[in-house]
Amino acid sequence: MAVVTYLEAIRQALSEEMQRDENVFLLGEDIGVYGGAFKVTEGLYEKFGSQRVIDTPISESAIVGAACGAAMMGMRPVAEIQFIDFISCAFDQLTNYAAKSRYRQGIGIPIVVRGPCGGGGRGGPFHSQNVESFFLNTPGLKMVEPATAYDAKGLLKAAIRDEDPVLYFEHKFLYRRIKEDIPDDDYIVPIGKAKVRREGRDISVITYGAMVHVALEAAEKLQHEGIDLEVVDLRSLLPYDKEAILNSVVKTSKVILLHEATRIGGYAGELAAVIAEEVFDCLDGPIVRVTAPDTPVPYSPPLEDFFLPNAEKLMKAARQLAAY
Amino acid sequence: MTETLSKQQYLDFYYYMRMTRSLEERLTILFRQNKVIGGLYRSLGQEATAVGSAFALRDGDFISPLIRDMGAMLVKGVKPQELFKQYMAKDGEGTSHGRDLNIHIADMKRGYVGPISQLGDMVPVMAGIALAGKMQGKNIVTMVYLGDGASSTGAFHEGVNFAAVLKLPMITIIENNGYAFSTPTENQCLVKDFAVKAKGYGIPGEIVDGNDVIAVYQATCRAVDRARAGEGASIIEAKTFRMLGHAQHDNQSYVPKEVLDVWHEKDPIKNYQEFLKNNNLADDASLKEMDEKILAYLEEEADIADRAPFPQPESSLEGVYF
Repeated sequence: MAVVTYLEAIRQALSEEMQRDENVFLLGEDIGVYGGAFKVTEGLYEKFGSQRVIDTPISESAIVGAACGAAMMGMRPVAEIQFIDFISCAFDQLTNYAAKSRYRQGIGIPIVVRGPCGGGGRGGPFHSQNVESFFLNTPGLKMVEPATAYDAKGLLKAAIRDEDPVLYFEHKFLYRRIKEDIPDDDYIVPIGKAKVRREGRDISVITYGAMVHVALEAAEKLQHEGIDLEVVDLRSLLPYDKEAILNSVVKTSKVILLHEATRIGGYAGELAAVIAEEVFDCLDGPIVRVTAPDTPVPYSPPLEDFFLPNAEKLMKAARQLAAY
Repeated sequence: MTETLSKQQYLDFYYYMRMTRSLEERLTILFRQNKVIGGLYRSLGQEATAVGSAFALRDGDFISPLIRDMGAMLVKGVKPQELFKQYMAKDGEGTSHGRDLNIHIADMKRGYVGPISQLGDMVPVMAGIALAGKMQGKNIVTMVYLGDGASSTGAFHEGVNFAAVLKLPMITIIENNGYAFSTPTENQCLVKDFAVKAKGYGIPGEIVDGNDVIAVYQATCRAVDRARAGEGASIIEAKTFRMLGHAQHDNQSYVPKEVLDVWHEKDPIKNYQEFLKNNNLADDASLKEMDEKILAYLEEEADIADRAPFPQPESSLEGVYF
């Protein structure tokens, strides 16, 4: 066991997987000599060489497209998108090539496309987004977003070993802010499995990524008010752990869906529909969403703080729902 | 130059060009019988480009064809019945099982990758296959076909530049056939020769008469040799002409008749027949025999496809994930 940050856990997963399987290689912008814009891949170029840690031109479409082609040949590419916002430039390769290849031509595309998502870093509209909803409506893709260092490592290893294209969203706010003791030995966190981070009686908060920590903070504070939150960390967004969600909602009868991404067409909408379809009879109150408002992510600190969901906003929603 | 080719190779060029045209003519009949589902895209007049270029490759190399490169797929070993079934949305080995259209099929063993309809997107993918081949020490070459229109896309630029910078063994064949659907090349791009785009990437670009199967073959051989020698990517512009509309529904009234007349004289198959006869490689009787053999073969293959089942509706739910 060793204490590592969320970022170090990601690097460990990359390094160990490259060690384990010579077909695993990395490609992306500034990931080699420089070690990546956030230094996630620092040291890997020195360790594995320029053939396996490839610095590419600024070409997200080519990075993802080339990863697809290499994967068809039996390689296991891990593409870094410097900021996950830039994944829009590779949208076509992901949604039309990678996602549909197995279905339409019988060739799987085992790639991982990873990159830093999320706000709180004063990055403005193009360095702060959460893009999961862009891809949620695309059969053939998988999406994961770890909230802890343990999961960051285990989910990335699972993603690299997966036979399908996986989008791996790493929340940049967590990179160096959280750390924990994680095993030195090989382990994976299976894709598609949620984890209950905190047991509670009154309200289920279904969330993922950095918002898991917001939910846990709110839960601690609300405990003193006699409101007991259960916090479910989805970890995987596509496929998602329907059983874990429904079990929790059946148990508490009230649910808040919390995410950092904006509201309309957001991930919470899909979960709300499933909960309403499957366990409507068990609900003792409306399904509540706590999300960012429908604006781009603003830059200035007071604006971004106003934009982002936080413990206060969640607590307010939880109090209202508890009183319902 | 011609001495380097065997008589059989010369005849093979003819066989595959004729096969391509006859197969498409057979498909046209099936289209009129409402047995082809969706659009039918012909490569009439462009057969030499597809066939000549694909012959420059060997087993283990990969192509990504577009709709007018059925000839390249045939050279790579696709069976006519697979193409018939594809166009008829039927099920069966070697098809997409009714999930995707026309030539959108792949076989990594035979070396063809199914394109997608978003033009230019296959350039990065084929760069990736070339990259993997290089990493795996396979010394393979990849070839991506696209039209004059697709060279205007961002994916084309990113893919070619990526392959150039990483010195990947990838050949981009720009089939300049005069029109992208209804848009003439001068509305696509201001350079007259698309091959000059290669200069911007620091790689060689060669112009070839796309209606001359031997010239196409030889130009592609040069590019393949370079690629295999580790000298990286290149572009070939094959100048040809689309003798029919974009698809069956398009009568291409926007193409001046005089232009079509000029290109009609440059028909790649008709002229190649003359070449074969002039060089004592074939005569009218042997050509006729070959044509009839092809037609009989295609008849059998079309019949197999006609009798093949449609896919089961429920099968549409399978195979999204591993």
